[in-house]
Amino acid sequence: MSLGEGIAAGRRWRKPPLIKNPRLRWGLAIFAALYLAAAFGTIEVNWTRVWDGLPRGEQFLLAFLPPDFATRWDDILDGILESLWMTVTATVVGIAISVPIGLGAAKNIAPAPVYYVCRAIVAGSRSFQEIILAIFFVKLFGFGPFAGFITLSVATVGFFAKLLAEDIEAMDWRQAEAVRSTGAGWFQWLEYSVRPQVMPRFIGLSLYRLDINFRESAVVGIVGGGGIGATLNTAFDRYEFDSAAAILVVIIVLVMGAEYASGHIRRWMQ
Amino acid sequence: MVTKREDGKQLWRRRATRTQLAIWFAWLVGTAIFVYCFQLISEKTIWFFVLDAGTQAVDLGSRMLPPNWGYMEVLWRPIWDTINIATLGTLMALVIAVPVAFLAAHNTTPSVTFVRPIALLIIVSSRSINSLIWALLLVAIVGPGVFAGVLAIGFRSIGFCAKLLYEAIEEIDPKQVEAVEATGAARTQVLSYGVVPQVLPAFAGISVFRWDINIRESTILGLVGAGGIGIQLSAAIAELAWSKVALILLVIIATVVVSEWVSAKVRHSFI
Repeated sequence: MSLGEGIAAGRRWRKPPLIKNPRLRWGLAIFAALYLAAAFGTIEVNWTRVWDGLPRGEQFLLAFLPPDFATRWDDILDGILESLWMTVTATVVGIAISVPIGLGAAKNIAPAPVYYVCRAIVAGSRSFQEIILAIFFVKLFGFGPFAGFITLSVATVGFFAKLLAEDIEAMDWRQAEAVRSTGAGWFQWLEYSVRPQVMPRFIGLSLYRLDINFRESAVVGIVGGGGIGATLNTAFDRYEFDSAAAILVVIIVLVMGAEYASGHIRRWMQ
Repeated sequence: MVTKREDGKQLWRRRATRTQLAIWFAWLVGTAIFVYCFQLISEKTIWFFVLDAGTQAVDLGSRMLPPNWGYMEVLWRPIWDTINIATLGTLMALVIAVPVAFLAAHNTTPSVTFVRPIALLIIVSSRSINSLIWALLLVAIVGPGVFAGVLAIGFRSIGFCAKLLYEAIEEIDPKQVEAVEATGAARTQVLSYGVVPQVLPAFAGISVFRWDINIRESTILGLVGAGGIGIQLSAAIAELAWSKVALILLVIIATVVVSEWVSAKVRHSFI
């Protein structure tokens, strides 16, 4: 027997586990197994319904083909444009509101009371899904794009102010001190030391949020918030699945285009 | 450094005249687009309803308070369903997203010209359709209930997880992979000993992050019949039982806060 084989037989090398603590590792595994058993036990899949649904699903999917762009093209165009207006206005207004809140929510530049108020605003607007917000704003402001615009603005504030504040907290403090030591006022200090440091990320985040807002504008319409979602919902309600397919295709193409464009703009900015 | 002469002295300026003009022009165009868009929205708005919003809000608030605490005993089951939708949906997405990510990453894909575009197409189409729209489709196919919700969350998350995961795979250290290759390991062995250990922490982070997002999303799937607490929410709104709505909203906030705490804990323990 050669030496190599002997070592191989004696102690085999094993991959180190992801979680080092064996008790935690086994505990998590057992917990996961129990949870999965409980979850699958209560899920109640009605397999006969699923089985019945499959041919129906096939018909349903076939009803989507081919996408019919022509019949409802005016409505689709209208919905898309409305979504775009909502996206643009909501992103602009949302970011405009986020800037002061983001400044206030940054621990290194805001005094404690302001910090807590701003953090509470951020947490409040982040804790609800856009759809739930939309339901309430439709209730308050009536049907149509205005409710969607308010919804997306509020959602933008939660997202943008939080990330902006994190970015300000991570900035290089020495530059800020250098500007302050020249005797700059507070606004000058902000403009010449804080803003240049957060600007690249600020622009990247704005584009990213524009992208998200367009995507979300496609669903706030389902609960009455205007835009392409309203058109989509109408198409579903009228069982015009070929038009619905056309709308989905248009959304996917626009989202892909926006993602591609924003990737390019971000690369060009840096 | 940009300077200008004034009274024979050299003064510092931030930008050249041309840059400054370009920036002003960009602001002008941006403002014009914004005003134009807002005006179009305003045409489609019934301002009477908007101005009325304050009184409406007060009215709604008075109906919502105090929350109907007795309704809580009905809500335990929907909360359990909501958590299951998010968890099982995330698991399903991960099972599908892992192979898709390996096919999409430049350094592990078998073919850049054929397989990679297909994987990217899967990622993009899954990402651009919102989970609510997925749910709308799936409820029609598999019937209303938790199962449709799990599938909707699953389909929606594939793109997200696969995108982040393939970016992580592309960023790995190639030297370790080369070292494993140099031992004469087969392709699958290279994957499991050279690539997987490097992306495992990212994978864990992504899963927990997506699970956290999915908890939020699964609270609304019930609005289109796909199970979870959204069913109770839409029912309560439909019957104008605002004190029930208030309780449901509180429950949703509590669930979201707990899930955020759990995901932050887990992510810290991995990274």
